[in-house]
Amino acid sequence: MNQPVREDDTFARARRGRNIAIAVGLVLFVALVYVVTVIKMGANVLDRAL
Amino acid sequence: MSEALSSPKAPARWQDFFQLLKPRVMSLVVFTALTGLVCAGRPINPVLGAVAILCIAVGAGASASLNMWYDADIDAKMRRTRGRPVPSGKVQGADAVALGVVLSLFSVMLMGMALNWLAAGLLAFTIFFYAVVYTMWLKRSTAQNIVIGGLAGALPPVIGWAAVTGTVPPNAWLLCAIIFMWTPPHFWALSLYTSEDYEKAGVPMMPVVKGPASTRRQILIYSVLLIPFCVAPAFTGLGGLAYLIVSGLGGAVFLLLAWRLFRSQAGDAADPRNTDGLYDVRAGARDARNLFAFSILYLTLLFATLLVEHLMGLTPLEWMS
Repeated sequence: MNQPVREDDTFARARRGRNIAIAVGLVLFVALVYVVTVIKMGANVLDRAL
Repeated sequence: MSEALSSPKAPARWQDFFQLLKPRVMSLVVFTALTGLVCAGRPINPVLGAVAILCIAVGAGASASLNMWYDADIDAKMRRTRGRPVPSGKVQGADAVALGVVLSLFSVMLMGMALNWLAAGLLAFTIFFYAVVYTMWLKRSTAQNIVIGGLAGALPPVIGWAAVTGTVPPNAWLLCAIIFMWTPPHFWALSLYTSEDYEKAGVPMMPVVKGPASTRRQILIYSVLLIPFCVAPAFTGLGGLAYLIVSGLGGAVFLLLAWRLFRSQAGDAADPRNTDGLYDVRAGARDARNLFAFSILYLTLLFATLLVEHLMGLTPLEWMS
């Protein structure tokens, strides 16, 4: 019977740190695209015929 | 290439991945790109300006990550680079490639969508030039590696300029030319007292291939050619009086140090004291170290002066009118 390999705390902590870094990066990227979209669209939205 | 070196000995932390982006080089790229962006002289939304700088910084980091993956075998042989994440086994080569490719795509696409596609195209070209042309081809095959490869480090101000205006006028290329011509004396001065490492790694740097005397002569020639490029912005409507003074006086010091290096014995013997620090060298290599250190200061002063002049709205000298 194969025993599941237990990762030690160091590996688990490192992986958790990497996951958080990727999550933060992705959230910032989404926020950045949103802000850029608002800025790029802003002038045109105000300029449209009502 | 790097797979044999990349079995992880310790779990990779996010900081190790950050080191793959060469943050110190990235900060220089940000500085020169910002100068190009400000010198373009056209108003830009501050958020879009920040996005442009971020894209250039991330693109530079992406190409650095690809460079560290491909060069892991030679990095492992050099004292200065053996502690990098891939050769030290902290990060696997495949992960470095993945990071480099993903960040390249993100930075180029965001630059294109947020600013313009000329800037995005120049950024893509810069990444390709550094990661493929320089890293995979020139670095291991010719003593002119850093001369031609220097174009990658010289393009950020052009990208910054293009991000604002969507054009690349002669003054943008002048900023590029300054960095391009500055690169050979800067790197060859360094390689004069680190050539032992390059030789061990099989990298054909100029002192290894042509010898120290030829390298010192070429440093002097490039320095003489560099100074007119550095002073030129004062005559093209880019720099003001402060820039003229800084570039002229700094250029004179640069030439003096290059002349002293030319007359010295720097690089003629291996330097056992040069273990870690780039500035801790024995007496024979002091002239090379001095030029290396001053070259960094000179380039920083040139771009900082341009930046300050444009931010303060100081009028460029109008020689042509």
